[in-house]
Amino acid sequence: MDLTYTAEEEDFRARLREWLAVSLPKLPAKPGPLDWPGRRAYDTTWQRMLYDAGYGEVHWDAPPTQRLIFLEETELAGAPYVGANFVGLLHAGPTIAAEGTAEQRARWLPPVLRGDEVWCQGFSEPDAGSDLASLRTRAVRDGDSYVVTGSKIWTSHAEVADWCELLVRTDTEAPKHRGITWLAMPMDAPGITVRPLRTLAGSAEFAEMFLDEVRVPVADRVGRENDGWRVTMVTLSFERGTAFVGEVVACRRTLGELAAAARANGTWDDPVLRRRLGRLNAEFRALWRLTQWNVSESQMTGGVPGIGGSVFKLRYSHARQELYDTAAEVLGPDAFDLDREWTADRLSSLSYTIAAGTSQIQRNIVAERILGLPKGR
Amino acid sequence: MDFQLTDDQRALQRGVWELLAGRFGRDALRAAVDHGGKVDRKLWRELGEAGFFSLRLPEEGGVGLGLPEAVLVFEEAGRALLNGPLVATHLAACGGLPGAADGTRVFTCATQLRGLVPHFADSDAVVDIHGTSMRVRYPKDLPSARSVRSMDPLTPLHRIPGGTPKAPPRPDAVLLTAAEQLGSAARTTETAVQYAKDRRQFGQPIGGFQAVKHLCAQMLVRTEVARAAVYAAAVTEDFAEIAGAKLLADEAAVRGARDCLQVYGGMGFTWEADVHLHLKRAWLRAQMWLTAAEAEEIQAEALASAL
Repeated sequence: MDLTYTAEEEDFRARLREWLAVSLPKLPAKPGPLDWPGRRAYDTTWQRMLYDAGYGEVHWDAPPTQRLIFLEETELAGAPYVGANFVGLLHAGPTIAAEGTAEQRARWLPPVLRGDEVWCQGFSEPDAGSDLASLRTRAVRDGDSYVVTGSKIWTSHAEVADWCELLVRTDTEAPKHRGITWLAMPMDAPGITVRPLRTLAGSAEFAEMFLDEVRVPVADRVGRENDGWRVTMVTLSFERGTAFVGEVVACRRTLGELAAAARANGTWDDPVLRRRLGRLNAEFRALWRLTQWNVSESQMTGGVPGIGGSVFKLRYSHARQELYDTAAEVLGPDAFDLDREWTADRLSSLSYTIAAGTSQIQRNIVAERILGLPKGR
Repeated sequence: MDFQLTDDQRALQRGVWELLAGRFGRDALRAAVDHGGKVDRKLWRELGEAGFFSLRLPEEGGVGLGLPEAVLVFEEAGRALLNGPLVATHLAACGGLPGAADGTRVFTCATQLRGLVPHFADSDAVVDIHGTSMRVRYPKDLPSARSVRSMDPLTPLHRIPGGTPKAPPRPDAVLLTAAEQLGSAARTTETAVQYAKDRRQFGQPIGGFQAVKHLCAQMLVRTEVARAAVYAAAVTEDFAEIAGAKLLADEAAVRGARDCLQVYGGMGFTWEADVHLHLKRAWLRAQMWLTAAEAEEIQAEALASAL
C-alpha cells in the first residue's frame, strides 16, 4: 500500500500547476448556466488550450496515476469542468479507443482531443428508462448504410453536438441484450429532429431526439453488428468508473468554501451543522481514497475500470446531494437565490442518483455481479 | 502510487486468517461466549508467538512491520470476533511493558471507554494511556472497581473511577479499533450474503428479492468505503484521516450488523445466530477512544484549519 507519487509524477504535477496558473486567466468569461451554445464555445476553447499544451490525451492514453494528478490539480485550480466535451472525452472517446478500428480512432479521436467536435449520448429511450437493453430504435441494413428510425431521450448536449454515440436494435428476433449495435451518427444527417427538454433546474442541457430514416454508414459501426451490448458495457464502465473522479476533488473544494461561509455567517457555531460538515469531510476524503484504490486496481488488471465503479457511483451520488443540502443549511434563505452557484448545483445534484444508472440499478449490479446474489426482481 | 496490498501483506493477511480459522473457529467462539468472554491464556500466548503484539517492535525482539500490517492483522481479528483486550496489549508491547509482546501477560486499558474497563478481572495490569504517556496500575491498586453486567457477552466490564481521557487518544489505538470494525463489517456482509443465497421463501432464495439485495449491496458499499479510509489512514498516519476512518468504520460495522440481523429475520434475533455478537461488539468499539461526535468535530476542525 503506497500513496506516494514518483519524482516523475510530482514533476508532471508541478509543470501542470505552473501551466494552470498562467493559462486560466487567459480564458474568456464563463457563460451563464443556461447558455448552452456559449458553454460549448467556452468548454471547447478550454479543451483546445489543453490540447495545445500537450494535455489533450490525459483522459485516455496517460497512465491512470497521471490522470488522477491531472484531475486533482485542474479541480483544485478551479479550471473549467469537461462540460460539453463530457461524452466525447469520457464515454465515446475511451470506447472508440478500446473497441474502434485504426481508421475509426484516427477519424474521431483527434477532433475530440482538439475540442473541434462534441459528442452526445443516444442510449436512453422514452419507454426503456433503466431497462436500457429494451431499446426499440431500429436500424435496417440497406447496402453500405443502416437506416435508423426511432427516438431517444435524455440526450445531453444534443443541440450542440456533432456526433452521437447511438445504440440501435439491429435484430428484433434476438434476445434483448443480443440484437443491439453501437453506431457513431453525425448530428447533421437528414432525418434528425432535436427538441430540448427543460430540466427542473431550468436548463436545457438535454433533449429528446427523433430519428426518421437517418442513414448511418456501416463503416461507422463500432464493434460487430449485434455485439453492441458488450461495447455499451465498456462505455458504462468508463462512465461509472472514471467520469466522476474529478468531481470528488471539486466537492472537497466546495466543502472548504462552505466551511468558510459558515464561519463568516455564524452557522459554524451550531454543533449539529458543524458536525455534518465534518462528516462530509470524512466522506469525500474516503471517496478520494476509494478512487485511488480503484485506479490502482484497474492499473493491475489492464485499464478498463472494474465494477467497483458502481460502488463508488452509489456512494458518491448520495454524498453529493447531502453536500448541497448542507450548503442550503449554511445559506439559509439565500438558498432560494437562483443566482447563487450552490443553489443551481443543489438542483442539478438531484439528477445524480438517476443519471448513469439509478441507485436502485447500481445496487442490483453490486448485489448480482459483485456479491453473486441471484438475478430476479 | 500503488494503493493495493503487496504480496507480503496479502500473505500476512492470509496467515492470520488461517491461524484464527484453525484456533478460533465457531466452537471456540461459542465456548468463549459460555465463559463470559474470559481471555483464553493459551491462545493469547499463541498470538504472542505469532507476533500479534510485537508486530511493530523493531526486528530485534519484534517483527519490524508497520501500521498498515497491524491494520490487516486487527481486521482479521475483528472478522473472527476474537475476544480480549487486543489493542491495549498491542500498545503495551509497543511501550515495552514486559510480558506484553510475547502474550504471557494480558493488559487492558482504563482510558478508552470513559470509566468502563473491558476484561478488568482477567487482565494482569491496567494501562492508563494519555497521549503518548502510559501509566500501569494493578487490579489490587483498584479496590473500587465494580463489575458491570456487560451487554456484550464477549467483553466483561468493570467500572472504575477516573477513566475519562484527558488528552486526545493515541492515533494507532483509534485506527486499530477501526480496523477491527472493518473486519466485523466485512464478516457480517459475507454472512448476510451467504444466508440470502441459502434461505428460501416464496419459492426462491431471498437474495433474489430486490429489498434484500439492496440491503446487502449497501453493506458492501459501506465496507469498501471504510476499507479505503482505514487503509489510507494507515499509510498517511494523519490523525484527522484516522478519525474519519474510525467514523466510517464504526458506521460500517454497526449498520452492517443491523442489516445482517434484518436479512436473517427471526433467526437473527436469537442467541444462536452470531450476528448479535458482532452488533454488540461494534456498538462497544464505536464508543472506544473516539465517538462519532468527536470524530466529526476533528474533521470539522481539519476543514476549518485548511482555510
